[in-house]
Amino acid sequence: MATATQSESAAAFYKQLGRMYGTYTGGFVGFVVLLAILEQVGVPNRVIGYLFVFFTLAVYAIIGVMTRTAQLSEYYVAGRRVPAFYNGMATGADWMSAASFVGMAGSLFLLGYDGIAWVLGWTGGFVLVSILIGPYLRKFGAYTVPDFMSFRFGGNFARFLAVIVLVCASFTYVTAQIYGTGLIASRFLGMQFEIAVFAGLVGILLCAMLGGMRAVTWTQIAQYIVLIVAYLTPIVILSTKHYGIPIPELTYGRAIAEIAAREQQLIKDGLAVLCTAANCGPTTLKPHVTPFLNYSPLNYFGIILCMMVGTASLPHILMRYFTTPSVKEARDSVAWSLLFIFLLYFSAPAYAAFSKLEVYTNIIGSNVSALKPWLFSWGELGLIQICGKNAASLDAVVAACKAIAGHPGVIRFQDFVINTDVIVLSTPEIAGLPYVISGLVAAGGLAAALSTADGLLLAIANALSHDIYYKMLDPNAPTIRRLTVARVLLFFVAVVAAYLASTRPSDILAMVGWAFSLAMAGNFPALVMGIWWKRTTATGAVCGIIAGFGLCIFYLVVTRYFPGFGVKYAGMTSLLNPLTRAPLVDIAKAMALPNAMESFPTLAHPLANKVGWFDLNNINCGMLGAPLGFAVIYVVSLMGKEPSKEMQAFVDEIRKPRGRTILQEKD
Amino acid sequence: MSSKENDKAHWDATTRLMFIHLGIWVFFGYIIHMFVNVLNQVTIPVLGFPLGFYMAAQGSLIVFVVMLFIFARQQNQIDRQYGVAEED
Repeated sequence: MATATQSESAAAFYKQLGRMYGTYTGGFVGFVVLLAILEQVGVPNRVIGYLFVFFTLAVYAIIGVMTRTAQLSEYYVAGRRVPAFYNGMATGADWMSAASFVGMAGSLFLLGYDGIAWVLGWTGGFVLVSILIGPYLRKFGAYTVPDFMSFRFGGNFARFLAVIVLVCASFTYVTAQIYGTGLIASRFLGMQFEIAVFAGLVGILLCAMLGGMRAVTWTQIAQYIVLIVAYLTPIVILSTKHYGIPIPELTYGRAIAEIAAREQQLIKDGLAVLCTAANCGPTTLKPHVTPFLNYSPLNYFGIILCMMVGTASLPHILMRYFTTPSVKEARDSVAWSLLFIFLLYFSAPAYAAFSKLEVYTNIIGSNVSALKPWLFSWGELGLIQICGKNAASLDAVVAACKAIAGHPGVIRFQDFVINTDVIVLSTPEIAGLPYVISGLVAAGGLAAALSTADGLLLAIANALSHDIYYKMLDPNAPTIRRLTVARVLLFFVAVVAAYLASTRPSDILAMVGWAFSLAMAGNFPALVMGIWWKRTTATGAVCGIIAGFGLCIFYLVVTRYFPGFGVKYAGMTSLLNPLTRAPLVDIAKAMALPNAMESFPTLAHPLANKVGWFDLNNINCGMLGAPLGFAVIYVVSLMGKEPSKEMQAFVDEIRKPRGRTILQEKD
Repeated sequence: MSSKENDKAHWDATTRLMFIHLGIWVFFGYIIHMFVNVLNQVTIPVLGFPLGFYMAAQGSLIVFVVMLFIFARQQNQIDRQYGVAEED
């Protein structure tokens, strides 16, 4: 029986994978132990750092080269035989970017409860992937998301729109990842930032170029293992040290209680000013667990919604579920993905709490001359400022604080400013752990950035090579030419992204958040309606994509780059302080300034990012675009003729797991 | 039951399941967090978390993970019940 041998060979493959990745994990742990021993016998820190980065990069590159392929289905969807469990791990690495690994704990440190909007938003979206979209796209059998749009919504115009949405959502995102690799490599290896960016680029290309989706899948699994070990190790040690229990996710509750007590003490001692309805400015203390001091409820829930729905609309995530052997496994795989992602996300608040407790106990309220030395290495890089100056050395800090009139000589809450990236990266040092743990964290951060960059690059390059080149320009291209074009495009997209990252564009990190709203407005209504409402017509979907995506991008671009125009012609007003509800800027005054109507202003411009409609942050523009998209699709579809019998039969077909995929690519 | 009716029954069951899970998602993704201030009055014994904070930082996430495994099983059961599951 064909099916019996098939499931037997699948089981054998599964077992073999278990052996391979088991050995790999053991090898990795052994390697960490070996480096720990080397450190003890006196090998310098810099060498340990280099060994970490080069060993892990070499492993990814070896996997990438070993899994090279000359088959289209392998290149685009990894041969559709990645088991649910392993696809879950690969999706986890694909999903968790440099921002999740390095930045999120820092945001939670700064924003307290309000920062949790990101944790919720970046996990709950997988529920939508599983129940609304993912398994149905798997049944459809596409290589890319635009494939589905084109088939369901009448051809190449819908395909072209989907490619535009995909590129807009993914390109800035990939640039941010390459920027992240440069940042981590330059901090830990002391390389020059620009050189580090291009070194990261080589790592990315080695993984993705020869083997496409197949190579990216198997390296992402390896990268997931590195990143999760690296993320959990420091806080597990810290939790054991402080509370005697190696489960930081449980023990940080006590840290939070201690933080609350410490906050009261700081206010009582006059070292901090509490944020109140009368004054809640940026230098006031916002208690860690008090909600809605940094985001208004509207923006808090807006971020959760946009990140969740954005998750379910981002092509580089959806395409991971094209690689499973069946619809059933696609569903199982989403559950595994979220479990693997959850392991990191429910630990991030613990990082934030432990760091905050350390800062509130050992820095704020302590004598300026009693600062601990770990601080100065970050101060040198401009990431920690005390009394308004980079905390590069003890003398610099003492001098800076002396220069402030009436400074008590004790560090006050408002004297201390920390960059969000420092929280995760400095935890090993704060805890007094050996350097090998810092190296491990750096390797983990690199793994997170590289794996996400690989997935995104592949999504962009595949859309350009498969959708634009093969489907629209040269439908008769032979396999070998299609693969060559795919690889050349991948290379060029990567080089352009790396070049852009090396110029250190100032908006790059904010743009990652924008990607979610753009994907939400552009993809979500059309995907959901296309699957769940047979009556959706091609015209309706095309109009819906244009209207929803158009509104979202208009709001983003105007509020950030043409704020004066927005105020004058689009009826925008100032955003409000979440607690006091006072406007962030005095619009009348700002509009009277000579630079009021400036285009593409820097973030220092008084109006940039500070105006909008309904006090809605521009990161939440999906809240405007997606409802409009749904409404337009609904109304325009009802105005037109209902879709053909064949199209309705096709929708019936993708709703049932049994049977062949709709799209059969020749190989 | 003709295949057309069977398909319709299968899709109705699927849609019902979708709405149930979407409801749970809305509740734990949004509604429960609207009452964060009330929930924060309660402190979880031993662990020390204020309940409202805990639900956002961990509680809801655990619900999402468990819910996805349950959903995968339930949908699979529906598919098998109506004879539209993939052969294994």
